[in-house]
Amino acid sequence: MIETVIFYVFAVSTVITATAVVTVRNPVHAALFLVLTFFTSAIIWLSLEAEFLAISLVLVYVGAVMVLFIFVVMMLDINVARLREGFVRYLPLGLLVAAIMLGLMLSVVTSDVFVLDLASEPVPKPADYSNTKALGGVLYTEYVFAFEIAAVILLVAIIAAISLTMRKRSQTKYQNPTEQIRVRKADRLRVVKMPSEDK
Amino acid sequence: MTAEFVQPDLMPALPEMVMLAMTCLVLLVDLFLPQEKRGFTLLLSVATLALVIAAVIAVAPVGAVSSFGGSFVLDQLAVVLKIATCAVTILVFVYSRDYLADNDIYKGEYYVLGLFATLGMMVMISAHSFLLVYLGLELLSLSLYAMIAFNRNSLSASESAMKYFVLGAMASGLLLYGISIFYGITGTLDLNQVGISISAQFAQHPVALGFALTFIVVGLSFKLGAVPFHMWLPDIYQGSPTSVTLFIGTAPKIAGFAMAIRLLVDGLGDLQVDWSQMLLALAIASMAIGNIIAIAQTNFKRMLAYSTISHVGFILLGILSATANGYASAMFYTITYAITASVAFGVLLVLNRKGFEAENISDLSGLNDSNPWYAALLAIAMFSMAGVPPTVGFYAKLSVLQAVVQIEMIWLAVAAVLFSVIGLFYYLRVIKVMYFDQPLPEQTTTIKEALDVKLLLSANSLSLILLGMFPSTLMAYCILSFS
Repeated sequence: MIETVIFYVFAVSTVITATAVVTVRNPVHAALFLVLTFFTSAIIWLSLEAEFLAISLVLVYVGAVMVLFIFVVMMLDINVARLREGFVRYLPLGLLVAAIMLGLMLSVVTSDVFVLDLASEPVPKPADYSNTKALGGVLYTEYVFAFEIAAVILLVAIIAAISLTMRKRSQTKYQNPTEQIRVRKADRLRVVKMPSEDK
Repeated sequence: MTAEFVQPDLMPALPEMVMLAMTCLVLLVDLFLPQEKRGFTLLLSVATLALVIAAVIAVAPVGAVSSFGGSFVLDQLAVVLKIATCAVTILVFVYSRDYLADNDIYKGEYYVLGLFATLGMMVMISAHSFLLVYLGLELLSLSLYAMIAFNRNSLSASESAMKYFVLGAMASGLLLYGISIFYGITGTLDLNQVGISISAQFAQHPVALGFALTFIVVGLSFKLGAVPFHMWLPDIYQGSPTSVTLFIGTAPKIAGFAMAIRLLVDGLGDLQVDWSQMLLALAIASMAIGNIIAIAQTNFKRMLAYSTISHVGFILLGILSATANGYASAMFYTITYAITASVAFGVLLVLNRKGFEAENISDLSGLNDSNPWYAALLAIAMFSMAGVPPTVGFYAKLSVLQAVVQIEMIWLAVAAVLFSVIGLFYYLRVIKVMYFDQPLPEQTTTIKEALDVKLLLSANSLSLILLGMFPSTLMAYCILSFS
């Protein structure tokens, strides 16, 4: 009973906040609504007994990605009026795409082609069941090879990005603090003795 | 409840682990090397590849061994292909040194990315689940995109990197789409279980399976460069630095072949009738378009790109025949093609000098007068690509045709021979230009010769004749891989 209530409360707020992301005028508010959407979906995941995913969603997306997002939004000078210009014009197209997506999803869920076992309801796991442990159990045994290769792909991305963008410019002017500190008065200052002029 | 931690058998993946550890070492060591000692990075990279070959031989099993929940397999096929990939990559690294130095892109990242790409190829060769096939492919592609764009001062290199990136991403997307449908139907990513599940469900969902298979074949032929998904190949061969073209044109073909075998034969063997028909259309179109359009090319790299397309057609012929003999001959063809292509691009690399980019066929004119030895080496490679005995190209074509005749598709064999005869024209034209045309004035300067490059290139080229006369050893390994 309580699970059902929690699910509906957070499911409805997910839908509302997700709608708000695309409808509010202020981009900063939109980003903050997106944070709320992530948060409510994390709660839904939690109620599905996927604690690890819920926690990592909050930590990674809310904690890191969205903060970066908000920084970028705040730094850019976005013209809100221009952003909203095409809203009505593109609305039919957007609705059409949404309708097609909905139709496709329904056809997948209701068809017998894909193995979606709708008949049997999943049995709730006991209280001491650790979702994180279960994930780790397969991630570091059966999938450890794929896991490592995925990490290598990220490493290659870093190497590629650095080697393609880092340039040593010859004209760049930069200060050398060590030399700056070491400087003595005699190096920079020249005292010129001049005879005082007569009136 | 405590989760069971069963440690998987790590030994079969020893070559990959050696490769990864050594590549990271190369990456770190290279940071501390001054530019004039860059040769040490090359030395270390070649040592890495040699070490990996040794590791592959050390862990080579008698039968097939699988690990990581069946997602990784080490069998005879994987052993032979991994050794071939690493050996070809050694050739690539050594040949490209002087070219890189001349073009001011002699940096450690070239080798590091090359080693990572090789690791990706090894993953693809050993992959036995959709997940690992895709991860290996992405590791390979990502490294290649960066390698192409490596020469930042070259506009054409940036352009071709962009093209390759966009088209490669699209091909990956198509492949993933096919994989996702298969996952939806079978509920597993493991190729063995996918195969079992498909044979059980084949009667139930023939349309959905055919639909998914189409996407897989399209993604695969994009990566292999089969017509009509070949358009990226000539542009990227031409635009990339020649050292990278050499790499793209050789080792990844072996990995592409492995991917085709793993996906189509190991995983989707029950849909063989369907994919054989698709490959049939692709093979005929590739041989036709590749050989005919190559005639019109004046750029040597572009011509070799079209020649690659036609060779891919031949490789597909072997696969589509769907017999152990056909797979073995396609494997033989792929390996020997990689060796042959490395000679052709290797000679082209030697002809490059600072400020002079040899890439047109006319740049080769009168090569026999100035450098008779290199002209001879290139001539052997051209004869081998054309399929003239006693070079290995002849035997490779013969064995593929034999496999096609065995499944009683005589007309297909006849068509393949006809297209090869058309192909003979442009290979022979290169030889005619080298031996009978007058050298261009700017061509007369002698090329600098590094002894190791010369020795390796000579051995590489002469091995084409040697393999052509004694193909039985390599062929025996290929047949063993599919028995």
